[in-house]
Amino acid sequence: MGTAVTTLIKDSPPDAPERRPGPPAAVRRRGRRENLAGYLFMSPWIAGFLLLTAGPMAASLYFAFTDYNLFSSPRWIGLDNFTRMFEDPRWQKSVEVTAKYVVVGTPLKLLLALGVALLLAQSRRGQAFYRAAFYAPSLIGASVSVGFVWRALFSDEAVVDRTQSFLGWDVGGWVGNPDWVLYSLVALTVWQFGAPMVIFLAGLKQVPKELYEAAEVDGAGPFRRFWSITLPMLSPVLFFNVLLETIHSFQIFGSAYVVSNATCGPADATLVYTCYLYQKGFKEAQMGFASAMAWMLLLAVALVTAVLFWSQKRWVHYEEAAR
Amino acid sequence: MSTTTPASKARTGPLAPPSAPRRGADPVRRRGGSLAWHLGSLLVLAVVLYPVAWVAGASFKPSREIVGSLELFPAAPILENFRGLADGIADIPIATFFENSLFYALGSVIGILVSCSLTAYAFARIRFAGRNLLFSLMIGTLLLPYHVLLIPQYVMFQKMELINTYVPLLIGKYLATEAFFVFLMVQFMRNLPKELDEAARIDGCGHLRIYWSIVLPLCRPALITSAIFTFINAWNDFMGPLIYLNEPGKYTVSLGMMMFRDQEGVANYGGMIAMSLVALLPVLLFFLAFQRYLIDGMATSGLKG
Repeated sequence: MGTAVTTLIKDSPPDAPERRPGPPAAVRRRGRRENLAGYLFMSPWIAGFLLLTAGPMAASLYFAFTDYNLFSSPRWIGLDNFTRMFEDPRWQKSVEVTAKYVVVGTPLKLLLALGVALLLAQSRRGQAFYRAAFYAPSLIGASVSVGFVWRALFSDEAVVDRTQSFLGWDVGGWVGNPDWVLYSLVALTVWQFGAPMVIFLAGLKQVPKELYEAAEVDGAGPFRRFWSITLPMLSPVLFFNVLLETIHSFQIFGSAYVVSNATCGPADATLVYTCYLYQKGFKEAQMGFASAMAWMLLLAVALVTAVLFWSQKRWVHYEEAAR
Repeated sequence: MSTTTPASKARTGPLAPPSAPRRGADPVRRRGGSLAWHLGSLLVLAVVLYPVAWVAGASFKPSREIVGSLELFPAAPILENFRGLADGIADIPIATFFENSLFYALGSVIGILVSCSLTAYAFARIRFAGRNLLFSLMIGTLLLPYHVLLIPQYVMFQKMELINTYVPLLIGKYLATEAFFVFLMVQFMRNLPKELDEAARIDGCGHLRIYWSIVLPLCRPALITSAIFTFINAWNDFMGPLIYLNEPGKYTVSLGMMMFRDQEGVANYGGMIAMSLVALLPVLLFFLAFQRYLIDGMATSGLKG
């Protein structure tokens, strides 16, 4: 898997171009045939890229500068959507809610994933079972069913609330309480720690055991071994998980929508960014405003991605010789 | 870096036994550590599986006892919640929602298998001009938030009068827009020995023949992984159907459940929870049957479930 991760992170092409001297005519002819075959095989993807990705992106960028309600044609209004957006208290609220969700949820989820992966890596017996069981929530976590279950579990006087009261830590309910409802969503994403955990486990398997043996001979304790061997060797995988989990949690929609009973409340406390985008675009038919919002989301995600990639050289350690 | 290349996995199957233990710990420390290890793992297991056990237990409880009761499984289980599902939701039989979801999920699976494997073959096995650029673009779409495309795609499908059909939900699957699966298959195909193609080519096989008779059969594990993930993603999909489908008869299970809550809500809470359990079952069964494929696929590509 290390190869896969590094490929994705370094954004490298499938394999390095082959250098060869000026090709004879037969090879050139074959090259042309290869080009044709390549583009024929790729044609579904190319059509999809133009029709469903590049085209819509261009359209969306245009809509962002227009007033457009889907039924009359778009009217150019320059930066109005953006100025209105920045002054809109609900937009500000949605940014705040999403930021809180990302900043609290992602590190908790990854810490738990890493912790449990380290625990499971200690022993082989039973590892496959626990790994599978811990992974299961990642598959069902996005479903409406689990949204319903979550709302039930975190309702007033339900299991979580009563357990807390019993422990003398009453927060006054979760799903009905604007101060706490977002943390029920955080709990829902943390519950799905299995997916990054599986990736961590695969990464841990790649760490050469000679390194640990050598360190043990040199008298390094478990903490030192973790800090000086495990963490650096795992850093590409950690980077990959941080990147993907962060980008994904920016885009949370379904669980906020379902757990809040389609209100993104109470008091807009679960008004995550995409929830507001959905309300603006599909409830109020403000397609221009919603497109401008989407581009701000894209900018935020791009910025975070860029910062992460930039920070890579400070903390991500790539092995030179793969395999 | 990887010890089991996909090619070797293809030979041994995904159920190959794990390799030797990573570290030879000394036996004394190991026994004490083992107990703590199991205790720790069991504790995590209890917390992780609690919601699943809860929904199974709650679906056999009377509506008014579901939220407040602390016992996981009722002392006197009832079947009313499941019987009530036979009445359907708003005069639509429950089976309709399941048929719609099944249509969406299977339609997605077919699309992904065909379009992504063709694209992956081109990236992995054909040397054509512009391949590296296209590959970078494909990887770029992995990181692109879907919401940027949401509004313009909706506008486009609205102009084409395709709202309230499954076309907007399925077309992307037939045009390989799910870059994760392309990436997964590229990774797998690249690791197949090049000699296979060369031998086939000397025998006069073209790319189509190599793709169909050599590469696809060897890629079975990657295809199975992609198929199951696609099925589960489509089954769970909520935002797509929410935006594009607006006639209850066409609703998927996810939308049917939201409608259930809007119409019967508190009055038939037990029915709602029973429906939640029934909706989860296909995914859980798939998981039990194919968990190795899912976890290996996840581990090899960092695929999101």
